[in-house]
Amino acid sequence: MKRLAVMLMFAGVCVGSEPAAPLPSASIYQLDAALTNQDGRTHGLGVYRGHPVLITMFYASCPAVCPLIIDTLRATEKELTPAQRADLRVLLISIDPERDSVAALRTLADQRRIDTSRWSLVRAESAEVRTIAALLNVQYRQLPNGDFNHSTVITLLSPQGEIETTSTRLGTPDPQLVSQLR
Amino acid sequence: MRRAARMACLLAGVACAHSAWAAQPATELAAIPGGTFDTILPPAEKLKVATVRPFRMDRRTVSNADFARFVSERPEWRRDRVARVFADESYLNHWQSHNAPGAGIEAQPVTQVSWFAAKAYCEARNARLPTWYEWEFVSAASASAADARTDPQWRQTILEWYARPATEALPPAGSTAPNYYGVRDMHGVVWEWVLDLGSMMVSADNREQGDPDVKRFCGTGALSLEQKDNYAMLMRIATLSSMQANYTSSTMGFRCVTGPEATP
Repeated sequence: MKRLAVMLMFAGVCVGSEPAAPLPSASIYQLDAALTNQDGRTHGLGVYRGHPVLITMFYASCPAVCPLIIDTLRATEKELTPAQRADLRVLLISIDPERDSVAALRTLADQRRIDTSRWSLVRAESAEVRTIAALLNVQYRQLPNGDFNHSTVITLLSPQGEIETTSTRLGTPDPQLVSQLR
Repeated sequence: MRRAARMACLLAGVACAHSAWAAQPATELAAIPGGTFDTILPPAEKLKVATVRPFRMDRRTVSNADFARFVSERPEWRRDRVARVFADESYLNHWQSHNAPGAGIEAQPVTQVSWFAAKAYCEARNARLPTWYEWEFVSAASASAADARTDPQWRQTILEWYARPATEALPPAGSTAPNYYGVRDMHGVVWEWVLDLGSMMVSADNREQGDPDVKRFCGTGALSLEQKDNYAMLMRIATLSSMQANYTSSTMGFRCVTGPEATP
């Protein structure tokens, strides 16, 4: 056991990973969550730590508003310079873990030609979805027919995961969000 | 059940010390049969009933002493260590110190805990917070009837609680009379967190009733409430829907349940 620990320590040194600075108290990355992306890779909520992140919640089978969320995120990105855009990350978290399998997320990513080098569609277990929604102040409710009612909130996170601003505007980029990103 | 937990501890060896207290629920849980009932919060338009599956519920609210044991096992939930994102500044600030409630309040229901903290407490006990429908289902019971909501005398009893000054000290957890299921403290003590806090999509503004704010809500919009003469329950909904998950309040406590979560 001890030998394993020592080996792990060396492994840490070898890849040159610096000890991460402690997260701010108001960072949502304080949550220890397991998310799985459209490629089946599992990571934490802070996967994009170090970058500004637009984070929102959606579900893949949503008929009307959720496609609009992706459109709005894209339109927001378009307002930025190429350098700003290259630094930005986008995280879409499903509120429907039952239907949004990794395959369903992959299909949506392909259909919408999502650049998964900077964007991620992710799922989590339902207890974690609730906690993430609470952190982002997203309200959602499953309807008897399996669809969801949910509030649409696009949140800008600082590189350390603090909420900088939120927007409920859909369709066109929110000027406040854009000015924060610039 | 308890024996099974102890067996698991013996097998797990070292891990046992960490979960020792978690194997002992604050109280023996009451069995709730579940069923379909008229809800104040309709699941969908034209659907005014909700169904809950059988589950087990704490017979009383979680006390300061219970929560102190949790905090000593999980120091990240101490008031001097908790991340601000999970609990606001007044989190447990009525306690004498970061790990002790102080003399006289150990038996009282714990309050000034956030939804995140309450959820973590229940999960550490291998339990969870009740959903709103589960809570509402049990709260409909008087001492003698499973659903006493149309009993004017019982309604009056509940309403009298709201007339009591908020400065009065909280009674000990579990000191109110048991209801039909043997569950105490459902009324007259504290508000209680529910698991699906974020699903109480009640419009903050009454004028929006019947005119769903489609900008805020994707889908059919804000819920409209039923039983508009049931003031006690309406107040509870209003209180819950005004709380964010990291807020704390001197009148907001919680209890846990076990069992599979009901889907709508």
